[in-house]
Amino acid sequence: MAAPKYVDMESQDNKAKEDQPFTHKKISRRLLLGGAATTAIVAMQSSLGKWIQVSAQQPLLKIDDPTKRIGPGPSVAGKRSPFEHPVRIKSDTSSRTPLQDLYSSLTPSDLHYERHHAGVPLIDPEKHELLIHGMVDNPMVFKLTDLKRFPSVTRTCFLECSGNFRSGKETMNPQEICGLTSQSEWTGLMLSTLFREAGVQPKATWFLAEGSDAAVMTRSIPVKKGFDDAMIVYAQNGEAIRPEQGYPMRLLLPGWEGNTCIKWLRRLELSDAPFMTREETSKYTYPVKDRIRQFSFEMDARSIITYPAYPNQLERGWVEIRGIAWSGRGKVVQVEVSTDAGKTWNAARLQEPVLDKAHTYFRYLWQWKGDETEIMSRAIDETNYTQPTLQQLIDARGSQINGYHMNPITAWQIKRDGRVLFKYIN
Amino acid sequence: MPKRFNIGNTFLAIALGLCVIVILGAYNNKLATVNVSGFGADTTQWPTSFGFGKPATQQQIMAWDIDVRSDGLGLPPGSGTVVQGRVIYNTKCMACHGSLEKALPPDAKLPAPVLVSDSTSKVKAIGNYWPYASTVFDYIRRAMPYNLPGSLTDNEVYSVTAYLLNANKIIKADAMLDAKSLPQIVMPAQQLFINDDRHGGPEVR
Ligand code: HEC
Repeated sequence: MAAPKYVDMESQDNKAKEDQPFTHKKISRRLLLGGAATTAIVAMQSSLGKWIQVSAQQPLLKIDDPTKRIGPGPSVAGKRSPFEHPVRIKSDTSSRTPLQDLYSSLTPSDLHYERHHAGVPLIDPEKHELLIHGMVDNPMVFKLTDLKRFPSVTRTCFLECSGNFRSGKETMNPQEICGLTSQSEWTGLMLSTLFREAGVQPKATWFLAEGSDAAVMTRSIPVKKGFDDAMIVYAQNGEAIRPEQGYPMRLLLPGWEGNTCIKWLRRLELSDAPFMTREETSKYTYPVKDRIRQFSFEMDARSIITYPAYPNQLERGWVEIRGIAWSGRGKVVQVEVSTDAGKTWNAARLQEPVLDKAHTYFRYLWQWKGDETEIMSRAIDETNYTQPTLQQLIDARGSQINGYHMNPITAWQIKRDGRVLFKYIN
Repeated sequence: MPKRFNIGNTFLAIALGLCVIVILGAYNNKLATVNVSGFGADTTQWPTSFGFGKPATQQQIMAWDIDVRSDGLGLPPGSGTVVQGRVIYNTKCMACHGSLEKALPPDAKLPAPVLVSDSTSKVKAIGNYWPYASTVFDYIRRAMPYNLPGSLTDNEVYSVTAYLLNANKIIKADAMLDAKSLPQIVMPAQQLFINDDRHGGPEVR
């Protein structure tokens, strides 16, 4: 048996306890791992399998050669490579997912977009309670531990803020344009399970969901959605849900605008009419011609190319165009990509599995010969809806449109010198 | 040779048997999945009640049930006037929302939204965009003042709601608001609101 090149500190420690091979100086991990030390006493296994001490004369450490240096050992919680810096862009009330830094449809939990109206509350799960009352046979209170005992379900879907539309200059990246969408794998119980437990009365048609933050956020939701696919989730990507996402529990309405998925959920009140809260009247509504459209719950199909995008610099040759597409009304059945400013469209490859109401990663191979052009994508969902252009949206709704429920095709201009710029619309 | 052949046969039989089991299993699973939307994907039927959680007390419901519906359901006892509301607004709201009496300089940057509008203003606020007066009451009671949410008494909420509605030219300066009068107010924007009736499909609307 040859002497190992590296000393496994774990087995060394165990050995130390068993055999007590160290008679004098105990070797600290820090010493072993370098720092300024060039000479160290290390333990090694001899050819006979015995632990021996050797005085190793180390040449000056070559920090940039990972094969010449023992790396740090295991840790209790991992970190990103120090060379990777994906971050959210934050404002006072929201933060945006760095879509251009992601390689698939899932969003790391710490990069999930945020939108809250009065900050992130600190909630002790031991004290938190969920009340369900109103038009139910049995008004009930549940602790988190109670909810975890119910049959559980895991589902991957996107969550998007319905105000996820920004424009205005060429130098905007995907995150700035539409970073208020993220995807997680959520775990919790079906709301229908809780509805049955409380005995929702047949006359109940709406329910109010209320959060335990300082905005005491409220939205009215049709009971039908509650029985259909709504969930109360307490876990995100395999761990307890993040505070920014509603710890210890939130409502999850797959495919519906983010604001309806009330975070820090504390109350459900069954009713026979909507409550007309501020967030469903004065906010999250939008002018359509001479009317104001209310209760737009489902997020319309949308896509965005996240590579190449501003501020990438393109090189001639093969380019794999990449991006995400999603629809609140079901599966994305096709994503089409145009590399000639919308004149012709070709189907992109969709990454399997394509999930219902979920970000779907798409790829399209293209050869850029150095010509100036525009590239763009459009999503088509299972209801046969095709993501429209901004002009189509304006034609349908009038010029009064505000930022809510806007899902226009996003185009990138490719300049002759390889610069990629957002084709913004005034 | 014959012996070997036999072993092979036995093996084949076992393999075939396994296949059948696997296929049957998949078939069963399929049946079960179809069932999921109803009750019991697994072998046991779901009980009518799991018995988790506990009955809510009337006290807890009353402490949390602060919402007010557009038809006035949920409005608490008490009342308030425009005059009283003016005093409350100027001490507890004006710092962020600005004075409602002095015209703001056009480039004024407030830390909070403007609360007054009419049919001619570009800004969307209570006077031209809020469909129900109940929402003003409900929102202020739950979320304002921003720095001290939930700190107003019900009478104060009635008063400051009255003051805001008067500033938006919706109620008179001598108006008094309570659980009876507030739901009777018809907001100018109410007639503008329509429910989204889109359900997918090729049409862009
Ligand atoms: C510390 C600053 C602050 C104070 C004080 C304050 N507000 Fe607010 N108010 C805000 C902010 C910020 C918002 C926007 C919150 C949001 O969008 O979620 C807001 C929103 C509102 C809205 C909704 C406006 C809209 O167009 O949707 C109303 C109504 C309101 N406040 C009333 C009041 C009243 C009445 C008081 C006094 C009792 C008050 N506010 C005190 C900061 C303040």
